[in-house]
Formats: sequence, C-alpha cells, structure tokens
Amino acid sequence: MKPLSGDRPGHPAATALILLLLAALVALPFVLPGARAMGTGGRIAIFVVLAASYDILLGYTGIVSFAHTVFFAIGAYAVAIPLARGWGGWESILLGTLAGAVCAATLSAAIALLSLRVRAIFFSMVTLAAASLAQLLASQMRDVTGGEDGITFALPPALTPAFRLLAEPLFGTRVDGRMLTYYLILAVALILFLAMLRIVNSPFGRVLQAIRENAFRAEALGYRVVTYRALASGLAGGFAALAGSLFALQLRYVGPDSVLSFDIMVDILLMVVIGGMGTLFGPALGAALIVMCHTYLQLALQSMPQTVRDLPLIGPLVGPLLAPDRWLLWLGVLFVAIVYAFPAGIVGTLRQRRRA
Amino acid sequence: MERVLLTRDLTIRFGGQVAVDRVSCAFQPGTLTAIVGPNGAGKTTYFNLISGQLRPSGGEVFLGGARLTHMSAPARARRGLGRAFQLTNLFPDLSVLENVRLAVQAQAGTGLDFLSMAASHADLRDRAWAQLERVALTARAATPASVLSHGDQRKLEVAILMALEPDVFMFDEPTAGMSVDEMPVVLDLIERLKASGDKIILLVEHKMDVVRRLADRVIVLHNGALVADGEPAEVVASAIVREAYLGVSA
Ligand SMILES: Nc1ncnc2c1ncn2[C@@H]1O[C@H](COP(=O)(O)OP(=O)(O)O)[C@@H](O)[C@H]1O
Ligand SMILES: [Mg+2]
Repeated sequence: MKPLSGDRPGHPAATALILLLLAALVALPFVLPGARAMGTGGRIAIFVVLAASYDILLGYTGIVSFAHTVFFAIGAYAVAIPLARGWGGWESILLGTLAGAVCAATLSAAIALLSLRVRAIFFSMVTLAAASLAQLLASQMRDVTGGEDGITFALPPALTPAFRLLAEPLFGTRVDGRMLTYYLILAVALILFLAMLRIVNSPFGRVLQAIRENAFRAEALGYRVVTYRALASGLAGGFAALAGSLFALQLRYVGPDSVLSFDIMVDILLMVVIGGMGTLFGPALGAALIVMCHTYLQLALQSMPQTVRDLPLIGPLVGPLLAPDRWLLWLGVLFVAIVYAFPAGIVGTLRQRRRA
Repeated sequence: MERVLLTRDLTIRFGGQVAVDRVSCAFQPGTLTAIVGPNGAGKTTYFNLISGQLRPSGGEVFLGGARLTHMSAPARARRGLGRAFQLTNLFPDLSVLENVRLAVQAQAGTGLDFLSMAASHADLRDRAWAQLERVALTARAATPASVLSHGDQRKLEVAILMALEPDVFMFDEPTAGMSVDEMPVVLDLIERLKASGDKIILLVEHKMDVVRRLADRVIVLHNGALVADGEPAEVVASAIVREAYLGVSA
C-alpha cells in the first residue's frame, strides 16, 4: 500500500485487522462457499467504500451530511434502470455506473456549494431535506424507479449463478457467475478504497484536514474553503455512487428500502465513528464490524442454546433479552462498549496510543 | 509601480460602537510600521479589515493600486497579504511541520492537486522545515500544534506567516505572553525581514523598547481613530501616547 499513498493503518493491531479483513474477503468463497457468505462479504466490500467516502466528508473535512445515501442510491438506480429495461448488459453497467457517479458528484458538489456558503449547520439541514426528498421521489416516480417495490433486473450471463467459468470445481468450490460477481465487486471496491486513500494523502487532502481543524485559518492562508468543501462533497458523492452501482450488481435488485432508508445512513455514521473518523482504514473496519453484526448477531441469538433460557432464576430474566429480535439492543450495547474503549474510534484510538 | 498598501476612510461599526473610525493611511514597501494604542483601540480590527476577516462599514483598502475592499480573505492572501494572529490560530491536531507546510503549499498554489502525494513534494516540506529552523522549532516538528507551550505556539504562528512569503506582513503582538528569552528569536526574525528591504511590515506591539528598536514609523490608534503618525522617537514621546498608555506601559 505504501507506494500508492504512503498511508498506513498506523498501529500493528490496526494493520493486522486490515490485512485480516482483506485476506478473509479474498479467501471467502473458498473457505465459506455459498451465497450467504458471499452476500455478506460483498456487502462488506461495498460498505467499506461507502463508509470511506463518507469519511472524506465527516472525518477529513469535518462536515456532517445526511444525504450520503442519496448518492449511493443514484449509483444503484443508474445501473438498475437501464438493465431492467434491457438496454444491453455490460454497456448498461459501465455507462450507468459512470453516469451515476458523474450525476451524484455534480449534485453533491452543488448542494455543498449552495448551502455551505451559509453555515455548516445549514448544510446538514439541507442534506436532511435532500434525503427525504430523494426517498419521496424514489417511491413516487413509479415509472422510473419502480416505486416502493423497486426494480429487479437480470445481469449479463457471465455474472449469473448458472454461468460456469471452469468445468471443474477449484479447491472444491464451483467457479460460477456468482463468484465472478463477488470478485468483480471486491476488486473494484479495493481499487476505489486505494484511490480514496491516495486522495486524502494528496495536497488536496491535506487542505481538507486543515479546513476541519481551523477553516478560518485555512482561509487566511489563501485556501478558498467553500471550493474545497464543495470538491470534497463532490468526490464523496461520486465514490458513494460507485459503491451504489456495485450494490446493485450484488443484489440484482434496487429499491428505496435497500439503498435509501435512513437506517443505512445511521449505519454509515456508526461505521465511521466506531472505526475512527479521519483515518479511512477505521471506517473500513467499522463497515466490516457493522455488516457482520447485522448478519450474525441475529443468528447468534437464534442459536443460543435453549438450556440458557431454561436455567432457573436467570432464565426468565435473561431469556427475553436473548430473543432473536433483541439483536439491535445488543448492537447498541456493543456500540457503547466500543466507543467507551476507543473514544476516537478503533483506528483513531490505536494511533493515539502509538503516539503517546 | 510600488506596491503600496492603502486604507482610505476605513471604518467599521459594531452596533453603535465605531471600532475603526475613518482610518486613512499608506504603507510603503521597505518600511516597518508599528501600530500602538491601548487595548480595545481597534488595532486587531484594523488588521481584520485589511486582511479581509471583516468587511468594512465604509472606506476602501488598496494594494498596489488594486481594490481589495470587497475581496474575500483567501483572495487577499493570494494577492500577498499575510497575517499572523494575536490569539493563536493554528491547526491544533496537525503536526507543527504540517502547520507550516500547509502555508508553503498555499504559497505554491498546489492545494487543488489531488492526484499526487503530499509527502512526495519534498521541496515544499524542505521549505517548511527551513521556516521551523528560523524559529528554532525543528525539535518539535512532529508534535501536534496543540501541545506546544504558549511561546512555541506564538513562534509557530510567526513561522506560518513567514512561509506564506507575502508582500505585506501583519504581526499582531507576536511576542505577547512570551518569556524574555523566547522573544529574541521572533524579534531578530522581524529585523532580518525588515533588512530584506522590500516588504511592507505592520507590527502591533505594546512594548515601547521593541517599537523603538524595530519601527521606522509609528501610528497610534485611539478609540478606533488614527491620532498620531510619525518617527518612533517623536511619537513615543508625544503627549497623546503618554495619555493613551497611561497605566499600561511607557
Ligand atoms: N467581532 C466583533 N464584534 C463586536 N465588537 C468587536 C468585534 N471585534 C472587535 N470588537 C470591539 O472593537 C473594539 C476594538 O477591538 P480590537 O480591535 O480587538 O482592539 P485592540 O486589538 O486594539 O486591542 C473593542 O471594543 C472590541 O470589543
Ligand atoms: Mg488586539
């Protein structure tokens, strides 16, 4: 990673976790074959990009947006709409992805340019309004977006489960279109993450940090803060849209609930805060953690042995808390525990300890 | 054409209070002008009007014939107005070196480059390092600015201004709160800057010995108005300064 951006996780433990995450994602289809594991892995890769792109805003530039899902959704719909209409396969994916990213970047920069001139809090409120408006549009414009039902579509044959790349299984695993899709998502996500890492370590990225630290002083040095914030918003929006396009490929479905719900916005915030704002590596870890919690916490509670629930005294007390639908409660507990142990997020706090 | 800095009838009101009151003054390259006056006289506010942190209620600011009155602070900085602040104004979580490097980068105009790596621009880093050497802060280069002592923060503030390489240097009480043995570093630096001969230097300073040592000219602000302007010796000796500073220092 060093020749690309010179940035490193900054602590042996953080480096180990990042390498572990990368290795696990690469080996996943062979270690845990099956659609479910690959679904989780692909989701992690995509949310790594989404959370990292949000970190450019929140962690590096210090501005709070609630509209990040809007750009994620633009990227997803930009791929889904042409595919659903059968306007060609790979061309749709490629052109849709590009168009989505350009649209999202432009819209994101425009919102920032118009509202950040006033005050940072005004920007946050405008983004909140934009997020609500986008939800409304997506569910009302049924002809284009499929409304609440969303859009289901087919991928080019090479990306479908029926496709066989190799006649024989590799290491005992079928190399099919689903696996191809997974590795396509993983490879693109990795490239996008490295690109963002490079950007935050560029001269431009350094100015963003200066703005976060002291916008007044950055202006006195001659940096046009509004321009930089708008460009940062544009970049973040563009990367979010690219993540959205990948998400469309992964789900083969796009609907308001899957890309625009406010729950996703909250997840993104959690990923960045838990992982460590302004570290990029941190949000990557945060994304892995939150996605895994979503997938496995419920499962873990379901598989809690009945004997625990049947224990005298403790059973009736603990039983209701361990019900599978209580997983959100446990996510909350976990979140509080992590923030307590790592006040600056996982990577942020590890870096501080290293420095101290 | 000489790059003269000029304020004409520069005025700002905060509510009913006139903080800077029709100040007209020209500053020539190669001259160090000390601006004195009691606390609350409007010295910092006058600076803010010149460097663009505040917009005037009336009057004009010109530099080298160009009208700056309605330009933003960053636009004025890019035109050569450099400012150090009275209340330390740094990038607290960034390293000391990075604080200065950002100023060098602003001067080089490469802030919009998002394709290269900041760390690969060794020339900018070296220039930042050289500025830290001038204020004897290289030993703290990797420390976050926020953990520096007050005196070192003041020095860093000066180093940032030097790194901008402006045509107009505006120092706002650069040695305030510094210990006696920390002051020479900053004062020698300003003296050498003055010796370079072609800069406009404005210095807000309370210590009259410093003013006598460095200034070519002294102007006095009182209740926002310019009340005296002349050679250091005569202004410092004048009745109006004695009155303005009664009980402060003399
Ligand atoms: N942003 C502001 N809003 C209201 N009053 C201000 C503001 N800035 C300065 N003042 C007032 O203007 C006067 C001049 O302040 P200042 O320029 O800081 O004085 P000095 O630097 O000479 O000590 C003071 O009375 C101060 O309270
Ligand atoms: Mg002052």
